[in-house]
Amino acid sequence: MNKLDSKFGDFGGMYVPELLIPALDQLEAAFIEAQADPEFQKQFYELLTDYAGRPTPLFLTRNLVSNPKVKLYLKREDLLHGGAHKTNQVLGQALLTKRMGKTEVIAETGAGQHGVATALACALLGLKARIYMGAKDVERQAPNVFRMRLMEAEVIPVNAGSGTLKDAVNEAMRDWSATYNDAHYLLGTAAGPHPFPTIVREFHRMIGEETRKQIMEKEGRLPDAVVACVGGGSNAIGMFADFIDEPSVRLIGVEPGGKGIHTAEHGAAIATGSKGILHGAYSYIMQTEEGQIEESYSVSAGLDYPAVGPQHAHLHATGRAEYVAIDDDEALNAFQILAQKEGIIPALESSHALAHALNMADEAEEETIIVVNLSGRGDKDLTHVHSILEARNKEAQ
Amino acid sequence: MADKTQRYDNLFKALAEKNQGAFVPFVTIGDPDKQTSVDIICALVDGGADALELGIPFSDPIADGPTIQKASIRALGEGVSPNDCFDIIKAVRERHPEVPIGLLLYSNLVLAQSIEGFYQKAADAGVDSILIADVPVRESAPFIQAANNTGIQQILIAPPNASEETLATIAKHSEGYTYLLGRAGVTGAETKAEMPASELVDRLSALKVAPPLLGFGISKPEQVKEAISAGAAGAISGSATVKIIEDNLGDKQAMLTALRNFVAEMKAATNK
Repeated sequence: MNKLDSKFGDFGGMYVPELLIPALDQLEAAFIEAQADPEFQKQFYELLTDYAGRPTPLFLTRNLVSNPKVKLYLKREDLLHGGAHKTNQVLGQALLTKRMGKTEVIAETGAGQHGVATALACALLGLKARIYMGAKDVERQAPNVFRMRLMEAEVIPVNAGSGTLKDAVNEAMRDWSATYNDAHYLLGTAAGPHPFPTIVREFHRMIGEETRKQIMEKEGRLPDAVVACVGGGSNAIGMFADFIDEPSVRLIGVEPGGKGIHTAEHGAAIATGSKGILHGAYSYIMQTEEGQIEESYSVSAGLDYPAVGPQHAHLHATGRAEYVAIDDDEALNAFQILAQKEGIIPALESSHALAHALNMADEAEEETIIVVNLSGRGDKDLTHVHSILEARNKEAQ
Repeated sequence: MADKTQRYDNLFKALAEKNQGAFVPFVTIGDPDKQTSVDIICALVDGGADALELGIPFSDPIADGPTIQKASIRALGEGVSPNDCFDIIKAVRERHPEVPIGLLLYSNLVLAQSIEGFYQKAADAGVDSILIADVPVRESAPFIQAANNTGIQQILIAPPNASEETLATIAKHSEGYTYLLGRAGVTGAETKAEMPASELVDRLSALKVAPPLLGFGISKPEQVKEAISAGAAGAISGSATVKIIEDNLGDKQAMLTALRNFVAEMKAATNK
């Protein structure tokens, strides 16, 4: 039986082949021991500070918001080594891999950010990484593929299914079911079977803890709202975790609205999905009436996933967190505004959270402090956004 | 509580009298299309299959290797739904009233119709057992309850790495037969089952489980023979069977003949 609770209300669980249960139990046991081991915590902390660059700053935007009643802060995870929050939990899981005596790491990646974070952690800690990536994503994200290969990770294109993130996860799970004795599956988000959603949350919770300390120093009070984008939901749960028991703080998750949540092309699993099981967890998923999993869509590859982590499903079902959708155009707009007004180029994923915060700022009638988790930087998106904007300019002419 | 079907019990009794093991082929329902699928499944019975293991096509089959993934993609490409699969099973059941029919599928297809609703439909179509690839013993309670309420036998998977606790729970709940995993990994003939499986068979026999059938990586008559000499009640062969469909997509008659011949050869290896 499980030592930790494997469910969040009705959500979560371990819906995997029986074969993987011993590997998941081994991981749970290693995680519990590591959390109680000062030596592990010291190693993790040193990597986070000396290698990855924690703590990240909390920055009060200067020109972005015109409403004088609103203060909009950015939690600068974009400044973390690797370019996104992903590095936090990857370092934690890579240390767990070594603790379990395993020498190989399997990972899946969509845009390549989790793959890059996995590759860097494995290069640093002497682990052998193989990273599954949808064949379409391998083409679309060539610079990240090169980054991973530079750091000696093996990148394996997946042609099955739609050739995107969902299929890369399938293939990683297939690999793991044959190789669990020597390999750890380093899942990239707060989704999948227990204990992954709990481990990923705990290895990202410093995002919210630092934010709390920094905002108390700057403002002497908690923020009114924290806002984060949600694909699988790792940066959001990392930001939310320390505020869940503070009812005065609104927790707002922003899903990818794609071309609009009333079209077939989006990735808003909570806003439009229904309950079901994908990749080991019971949660909100995008599916047909018969239970076949649907393809998701978003301009941002990192949010392009047809399910959401089970704790977010629970926070939604209980009403503790709010989930909204921001479409491609609003996100692209926020991407450009942040560059113009503050000299910061955000990831397209984080641009979704920012776009919603800007809407909130426009509507606020009382003194309001909002924190956006700026989960990643936009370098990886430059070519993509450039080509979209050029195409639009041509259309406009 | 509904009465359970007796087809597996009857089968294993009859085989014991003949001093034989069971050979059980697997195919994906609706592969390569609905009509051909009925003929394929009946060809397996004609070839000598003792029981049938049938898959419902799913978009994300994480426990399957490339051969069975392709079968799912072919069937989904033909628009085959779970309800179509029940219609196909009914057509097979009418022609073969006594052959045990097992379903092998993924949990989300069950949840989409409500667990009990799905099990009832399966029972109405003439299904004897249900095995859900991504429901381990730990998550199996609501599924076992639905099985008991609808007269379906719940099949549980015993993998080589299972803890004693897991095997004991399998022994307590498994009915019809026990799916014995020949090796780690996903389905596929590319990687052979690890023989002998006798250690796992012995552990299971001591716990008095339903008759164990060895699956994963079984593609040759010698392996069927080995499985039975290791103490298994029989063997299941999926990817090797499905590969015959894939290799004969252009010629239905050749496909059906090859399937009958394959099953006959595998069945011939079940004599003790």
